[in-house]
Amino acid sequence: MKINWYKYASPANFYPVAGKLVPLFGIPAVLLFILGLYVGFFVAPTDFQQGDAYRIIFIHVPAAWMGMMLYVLMAAYAGIGWAFNARLASMMATALSTTGAMFTFLSLATGSLWGKPTWGTWWVWDARMTSTLILLFLYIGFISLQAAIDDPRRADRAGAILALVGVINVPIIYFSVQWWNTLHQGATIRLLNKPTMAPPMLAAMFIMLGACWLYSVAVVLMRLRCIIIEREYEAGRPVLTSARRAQLSRMESV
Amino acid sequence: MFRWLVWRDLMLAWRRRADVLATLFFFIIVVSLFPLSISPDPRLLKSIAPGVVWVAALLASMLSLGRLFSNDYVDGTLEQMLLTPQPLYLIVLGKVLAQWLVSEVPLVLVAPVMGIQFGLSPNTLVILTISLLLGTPVLSLIGSIGAALTLGLRGSGVLVALLVLPLYIPVMIFGALAVDASISGADPQSHLSLLGAVLALSLVFAPWATCAALRISVE
Repeated sequence: MKINWYKYASPANFYPVAGKLVPLFGIPAVLLFILGLYVGFFVAPTDFQQGDAYRIIFIHVPAAWMGMMLYVLMAAYAGIGWAFNARLASMMATALSTTGAMFTFLSLATGSLWGKPTWGTWWVWDARMTSTLILLFLYIGFISLQAAIDDPRRADRAGAILALVGVINVPIIYFSVQWWNTLHQGATIRLLNKPTMAPPMLAAMFIMLGACWLYSVAVVLMRLRCIIIEREYEAGRPVLTSARRAQLSRMESV
Repeated sequence: MFRWLVWRDLMLAWRRRADVLATLFFFIIVVSLFPLSISPDPRLLKSIAPGVVWVAALLASMLSLGRLFSNDYVDGTLEQMLLTPQPLYLIVLGKVLAQWLVSEVPLVLVAPVMGIQFGLSPNTLVILTISLLLGTPVLSLIGSIGAALTLGLRGSGVLVALLVLPLYIPVMIFGALAVDASISGADPQSHLSLLGAVLALSLVFAPWATCAALRISVE
């Protein structure tokens, strides 16, 4: 069965596809969240050094990973939208920015909450925390730049440049624990070596990561649908949604 | 062409000396505000000196970014620059060089005097000047990207700050750490090397990003 992929590069054609995908990702996201939190709170053992306070790691680490990965994804989509003049890709970058900013803020906030009882301080200027703060500022800069430009295509391209210039920060965050010896420990989960965490903890973390990914896909696609409707209407190509189609057919039958 | 462009920008800045000097005086005033507002205790001043001088340099450099492209954009010269057969990369590099000579070099020259206010030793003053000498071109180069992205937008002054400050932070950290190391007697070599590396990278890549941003903003 041959699928014409390019057909879905049009915002109006992708709109119903996104609508079908949202519950497909959203419901498993909720289920995985419940499973992950259950494993994290009831199955994973109490930590030898930190007691039960360490369990915030099951939100903190997935949120931090999502913040970084969504930034790279946002920069990639923005770059594609700029290089191929594909407005749907740029709309996707705009949709990703808010969720990425939320996860980055969440990772900083949960990190602070973890820091107070464990290390005695709300905030430390260690390399990873500082570069994650810079990541949050980059997200905010991207969102405000796009908000300040009236012409949507100029906003897309300007945002693409900003996102691509800032993408250098993500490897810095990742490698900061190797380059500087401050509060954050070195990498526990490596690609080739055996991880040094207890299996239930590792499982809970990956389940929560999966939940965050599914949640992100669902939420970003929902936001993308709103962006599609707004921008295509302003461009003079209103998207025919199923609700509008139903309304039109009701008007016709009168 | 390159020399002509730098000379043109320098002449235009000379005709508007007040703009340029205003940035310099802003730097001097901001640096002087901190001992007045916090406390004139010499030990405290020594510990905050690197940060204060660097933050003031950042803010002063951001103020001068508005002047980089906006005058040429408003009277149409920028569009002509985009249309010439000469590489836009060199044009941007020339304008950034002129802006650095006019706005940042006075800061670098005045910084040792500011350092005396904080009671820094001559050795530290030298390190302070070197760190600013390495860091201020980076501020101009990265700032030019922000200036090009926000060309002609309303409220662009604050927006440039929002865009460019996150990118400035690593430069400021290395610069302040270098001076800090010198104050506490450690070797500032590693921090200055990193500053030099950031300068080398931004010298190559920043004008390229600025060119792309200019083409997008002037559409």
